[in-house]
Amino acid sequence: MADRGYIGEQHPQLSALDRCTRCGLCEQACPTYRLEHYEPDSPRGRIFLMKEVAEGRAAVDANLAEHLYRCLGCRACETACPSSVPFGELLEDGRYQVELHGELDPKRWGWRTFRHLAFETVLPSRTLFTIAMLPAQIVQQLPPLRALRFLFPRRSLLRKALSMIPPASTAGGAVKAGTVIEAEGTRRARVGLFTGCVMDALFAGVHAATARVLARNGCDVVVPSGQWCCGALNVHAGERRHATEMARVNLAAFADPTLDAIVVNSAGCGAMLKGYASLLDGDAQAQRFAERVKDASEFLFELGLRQGLGPVYERATYQDACHLAHGQGIRQAPRALLVQIPGLKFVELPNADRCCGAAGVYNLTQPDRSAAILEEKVRDIEATGAQSVVTTNPGCAMQLQAGLAERRLQTRVCHLIEMLDRSYRSGP
Amino acid sequence: MFDGLVQRLAAIVGPDHVTTAPGDLSNYQYDGSADSALPQVVVMPGSAEEVTAIVSACTAAGCPYVARGAGTGLSGGAVAEAGGAVIAMARLNRILEIDCANRLAIVEPGVVNAHISDAVRAHGLQFVPDPSSQAVCTIGGNLAENSGGLHCLAYGVTSHHVLGCEIVTPDGELVWLGGRAYDAPGYDLLGVFIGSEGTLGIATKVVVKLMPLQEDRRTLLAAFPTVEQASGAVSAIIASGIIPAALEMMDQLSTKAVEAYVNAGFPTDAGAVVIVELEGLRGTLEELVQDVQRICIAHGSREVRQARDEAERERIWLGRKSAFGAMGRLGSSYYVQDGVIPRTKLPEVVSEVAAIAERYGLLIANVFHAGDGNLHPLIVFDERTPGDYERTVAAGADILRACVRHGGSISGEHGIGIEKRDCMTLQFKAADLDLMARLRAAFNPRGLCNPGKLFPTSRRCGESARTVARGALAPEMVDAAGPAF
Ligand SMILES: Cc1cc2nc3c(=O)[nH]c(=O)nc-3n(C[C@H](O)[C@H](O)[C@H](O)COP(=O)(O)OP(=O)(O)OC[C@H]3O[C@@H](n4cnc5c(N)ncnc54)[C@H](O)[C@@H]3O)c2cc1C
Ligand code: SF4
Ligand code: SF4
Repeated sequence: MADRGYIGEQHPQLSALDRCTRCGLCEQACPTYRLEHYEPDSPRGRIFLMKEVAEGRAAVDANLAEHLYRCLGCRACETACPSSVPFGELLEDGRYQVELHGELDPKRWGWRTFRHLAFETVLPSRTLFTIAMLPAQIVQQLPPLRALRFLFPRRSLLRKALSMIPPASTAGGAVKAGTVIEAEGTRRARVGLFTGCVMDALFAGVHAATARVLARNGCDVVVPSGQWCCGALNVHAGERRHATEMARVNLAAFADPTLDAIVVNSAGCGAMLKGYASLLDGDAQAQRFAERVKDASEFLFELGLRQGLGPVYERATYQDACHLAHGQGIRQAPRALLVQIPGLKFVELPNADRCCGAAGVYNLTQPDRSAAILEEKVRDIEATGAQSVVTTNPGCAMQLQAGLAERRLQTRVCHLIEMLDRSYRSGP
Repeated sequence: MFDGLVQRLAAIVGPDHVTTAPGDLSNYQYDGSADSALPQVVVMPGSAEEVTAIVSACTAAGCPYVARGAGTGLSGGAVAEAGGAVIAMARLNRILEIDCANRLAIVEPGVVNAHISDAVRAHGLQFVPDPSSQAVCTIGGNLAENSGGLHCLAYGVTSHHVLGCEIVTPDGELVWLGGRAYDAPGYDLLGVFIGSEGTLGIATKVVVKLMPLQEDRRTLLAAFPTVEQASGAVSAIIASGIIPAALEMMDQLSTKAVEAYVNAGFPTDAGAVVIVELEGLRGTLEELVQDVQRICIAHGSREVRQARDEAERERIWLGRKSAFGAMGRLGSSYYVQDGVIPRTKLPEVVSEVAAIAERYGLLIANVFHAGDGNLHPLIVFDERTPGDYERTVAAGADILRACVRHGGSISGEHGIGIEKRDCMTLQFKAADLDLMARLRAAFNPRGLCNPGKLFPTSRRCGESARTVARGALAPEMVDAAGPAF
């Protein structure tokens, strides 16, 4: 068994695993436990499995792989845990070990191929990624194509993929790498805008809106060229080599010391960027970088919104992105910004900080579990009677949109920044 | 044989709801206590009828079995010490009926405690027993342990809030104990079943009482320089005739650990904090609040704070409820004692606990259901340090001895299970234990239903209770259970 234990230094550490007292207080916070009430698919169960390997009683095997990959990585268990077990880190290290051990089970072949293609081949390459995004961009520009989804059976991958593609932003625009959008009025800050991969390809309108809102609030917005994907999807899939390279690329792109903050509008990327110091083993440059990273909502809330918000007559609710609420502990700022919009009727979503089932590529790798979690979320949204559901992460936005479409609801999904932008544009 | 039983179980619940995969079994070897033992099969019924069939099949095969709720028990009750089957009740989680007019609800045993109150709050009702684990623990577990809660000082424990239950007896019969009405005639078999730690059968439906929410509520947090002064205030509050809804105490170690999690503004420099909650009709509480404040200050409190709103109140209670879970900040494992003493003896027993900690060189944090005189010393230890666990168990036994010596008992609410069974002799004579054994035999004649729990083994109180090494069955246990498969 010893030869199937953890390899090398990068593995779930006993110092972290030991924090778990097995009290079980995290169980009901866990969407996968709530789904099947099955101990191996609970946070406590997963931590226990990782600890059994760390203490030499079990091997890195197909069982560990299965339960670590059934996990959403939503980190709701961290919020519930009185001992602050760093579950997100443990999960990343656990999956890293699983992948180090290779095949483990012939059933993992499909995932291993996808993982190799997506995270080791396409994502690290700008060119391949751009090509891969083309079909989605075509559908985005030609909305009638989305109707093609009805040709595919419910819960099939293509149907889901087609209904996930976000509509093109009505406000339009895009930001161009290597440019600076100048502050309106008195300058209050100079910030760098992180543009990432999927956000840049499919949510160009959100970036444009972010730049407008920041400029409106007195920020020079620098869009550094050379920046690239944050590496979060890689790290969540137990891939570190390319993720580390991507991190280095981004450190270099944002080296400009005059930037007061690095603003990011995707919760998943933000959590990753803030974690660069630990990804790069406490590297001093990464530390300085991470300290300057701010989610757009966090940054604007601390800065204080300028006057000029116009009315948006709408009933809206807010879905916490897991990597904002549980990953970065940001819950108040987005709500506090929304309620400043005149005319907007804000209603709290029941279980707002429960995962929607998107979870990176979880909706592709665990389609049934993801769909079951999404269904509950859509029912909660429906009950609020909201016309808009506001969120702060591309994965969540696409997942919610697909769920609402499947239930034929008219509720629209929008990014928090788009809502603020709309409000400013309707203002005086 | 083993294979035959597993196939029968699969035919009962469907192949997806039974497992013998080693990886899966390993996750069903523990509960919230320090005990663990591997079962040979885990089965997850979806209805009372399936539970009946499972019990019959296990009985026919001579296979020991134990019901498991959420696995938050603190005495090893749900640990399959004799091997055999774990019957995981968590899928049975439907609220079957809410009857507001008669203020009752009928629920399946896997329903999470807090989910009942969530479901009836809109009707102005609540299910009162609120163990600190209420966000996750199940009604079945509450019933089996006769769990207490933060508010049981004023309102009583689980047994005061259950009208009846449907159980599967170890003979495989489905019967009702009690029902929808108060006080069923004849022997109080419901009373016998509640608190029987899963050794008399498996509950499949529970009729719970619902109580109206109180009109008004005030929550006070008082900081004291020492635990002794805080205990003095607790006794004085009760002596003054006030019956708070809850009266809790935490020492400095516990307070620091939970404050690191909740940021509720617990004073971490205080030797102890007392949480007092008063409930009643609107307009009646102000005077009581002032009385409590006066008493606390007279006993040396330097700060008595009142929660300003519901959010602040919730943070304070979340802090208190997180105390056990937060022990991971102090060490890798903890062992919680559950002794009860007359309230007035608190100061003496507290100093004895401190002396025991010193004698054994162990870290002990303390939380108290102070109003009930129920202490929870949390002994922090390290699993991997040889001898640490044994010292912990010995220190725990000394604490229980102190409780009994001061006229108290060895368990308030966590049950005896594996962990406290060898200390039963501190409190009961052979004749008492024999009577209990005969009662168990009347329900559970073959001893297959949760064997080994509650009754003392040949070890002395304070000898390491870890009879079963993790991952291996002790031969004596297999013998005790008979040839299982
Ligand atoms: C952080 C924490 C705080 C706690 N706070 C408190 C507290 O304040 N007060 C308190 O009293 N306890 C407390 N406990 C102990 C524990 O939560 C309770 O004993 C609870 O009732 C156990 O419920 P469970 O569903 O987890 O049961 P389990 O641990 O799964 O099982 C406990 C026992 O119940 C039996 N059982 C389970 N379901 C059934 C059934 N359907 N029929 C028959 N027997 C069954 C099992 O066989 C076992 O013997 C706490 C525990 C933790 C970890
Ligand atoms: S992760 Fe935290 S909350 Fe969950 S069982 Fe472990 S200590 Fe308890
Ligand atoms: S990260 Fe989410 S899905 Fe995974 S164990 Fe924690 S709560 Fe459950």
